[in-house]
Amino acid sequence: MAKEKVKVKGKKRRWGRDDTELTLLALPTTIWYFLFCFVPMFGVIIAFKNYKISGGFLNSVFSSAWCGLDNFKFLFSSNDIWMIIRNTLLYNIVFIILNIVVPVAAAIAIGYIHNKRAAKVYQTAMFMPYFLSWVVVSALVWAFLSFDKGLINGIIAGMGGERQQWYMKPEMWPPFLVFMNLWKGVGYGMVVYLATITGIDKTYYEAACIDGATIWQQIRYITLPLMKTVIIMMFIMAVGRIFYSDFGLFYQVPRDSNSLYDVVYTLDVYVYKQLRTSTTGMAAAAALVQSVAGCITILTANAIVRKIDRESAMI
Amino acid sequence: MVSTKKKRKNQPDGFERFNQISTPMNVILNIIFILAALVCVVPVLLVVAISFSAESSITEYGYRFIPKIVSFEGYSYLASQSTMILRALGISLFVTIVGTVIGVLLTTLMGYVLSRTTYKLNNFLTMVVFIPMVFNGGLVSTYAVNTQLLGLKNTVWALILPLCVSSFNVVICRTFFKTTVPESLIESAKMDGASQLKIFFKIVLPISLPVLATIGLFLCFAYWNDWYQSMLYIDDSKLYSLQALLNGILTNIQMLARNAAAMGGSAAEIIANMPQEAARMAIVVIIVLPIACAYPYFQKYFISGLTVGAVKG
Repeated sequence: MAKEKVKVKGKKRRWGRDDTELTLLALPTTIWYFLFCFVPMFGVIIAFKNYKISGGFLNSVFSSAWCGLDNFKFLFSSNDIWMIIRNTLLYNIVFIILNIVVPVAAAIAIGYIHNKRAAKVYQTAMFMPYFLSWVVVSALVWAFLSFDKGLINGIIAGMGGERQQWYMKPEMWPPFLVFMNLWKGVGYGMVVYLATITGIDKTYYEAACIDGATIWQQIRYITLPLMKTVIIMMFIMAVGRIFYSDFGLFYQVPRDSNSLYDVVYTLDVYVYKQLRTSTTGMAAAAALVQSVAGCITILTANAIVRKIDRESAMI
Repeated sequence: MVSTKKKRKNQPDGFERFNQISTPMNVILNIIFILAALVCVVPVLLVVAISFSAESSITEYGYRFIPKIVSFEGYSYLASQSTMILRALGISLFVTIVGTVIGVLLTTLMGYVLSRTTYKLNNFLTMVVFIPMVFNGGLVSTYAVNTQLLGLKNTVWALILPLCVSSFNVVICRTFFKTTVPESLIESAKMDGASQLKIFFKIVLPISLPVLATIGLFLCFAYWNDWYQSMLYIDDSKLYSLQALLNGILTNIQMLARNAAAMGGSAAEIIANMPQEAARMAIVVIIVLPIACAYPYFQKYFISGLTVGAVKG
């Protein structure tokens, strides 16, 4: 009833000077949204066309012939796409699990370190990779894995072993990419979870302590249950982005090595490579599949969040 | 934790001292965290070491933590290529500064308008901001629009405009304005006849410095670290930012030499004399140094941004 009242009130109120001024204030950003978000959304019809560039964008879109679902047929008739979707999903599943378990454990553990200043130093150090770009990370990894000068091969050779071509060994890359993802993300995760932990009322722990609870019991029955909402939110947000991957991780870190094709290609890398080799149709089809699948997962995830905790829902 | 008594500052007291983990456990945790911290920091130190190594010692002994022969030839080589490096640095700085200013302005404006609940178009604009969070046109049509419709290919604006607004930041701003700017303040300004423009710039922004800092820092780091936009839209090496330059050099070591060759001399000769490895890693150091120096001090703004973003208002 209250809602209805507000609605009626809103309808009654005329368009005022305030509204005009606010519209003017919002105008630049709205134009930005229109150009950089909504026009590309309209542009997805490229996926249903035999896209040929002729003059400007609009002209190209309208003059290109419709080809129905041909692009999608081509896309799904190749074996690659299934492998790529599999890669994207499997990597993301592993990332989601590890990116919750490790930062949560680290955030809880770092709070128990006696020397608080040392804890702050550790946390700051672990936050650093988050601020490095993947290009820089790629250079760092190169310093370790390069064939002739890399540190790892140097150590192996120093111990009398044989130098390895790390960038041509598909079997080592999935665990390595998982490690790199964790390396870059753990500091960020810790910050988010630490904020939750420091927000927990200390008296809970005092009470538990008086009742004789051990530290493990306190973690199990106080800390973790109180972190549950945040953990679930982070989990569902990550699940919502399960069709997206970190392009830099999968493209820059393996340095686009051809022998790693099977293990490092994800949807984002595939779309980029297709775009670069100018098979626009396939690329557009793959990009649309990703956008639509991503949209569905995000909305589903959001609906679940709404069920659990209305306040935390994105929409 | 404020105490007037003389106390060992970093030691827990009272209840915390009673409810703390045992000393052996503390030692184990410290060791684990020291290792983790080292894993995060050591790669950067290795790159710094390489950048200070003599080329001859790298060729002979490979990359090492302690250079056999310390030398500044990597840096002096970059200094000799100063036009290229300075141009890239200039592009990076320009993109970072201009992008951050534009981005903060556009983001806070939208955030402020969305925080005005009585505004007629509030619901419409909220949809404008939220839809892109859920659905996007994908890389191909974005690329087509940016290059063919907006003509951004090979312009510096391709590095700036596509990144300057993100719905996540707008929501952070909206939440902040809604929760911390008192409604009565805006109402009273309105009574005094101030326009919304004036209210925004003279009242709302000055009391919202924390959120400006957070958004500004997010954008600063995003622009400084961006290489993807360059990879997509920039072919002209005159418009390479530091990240793009590094990216180019990592994929093609001859890029540095080619640039030198363009200024005279044969490419083969230049490659032979060039401290490739050290120079390459010296660029990494130039990129990382400002970040590594800045982020420990700005951490708290990131933390407030990350945690505010998790709460919708």
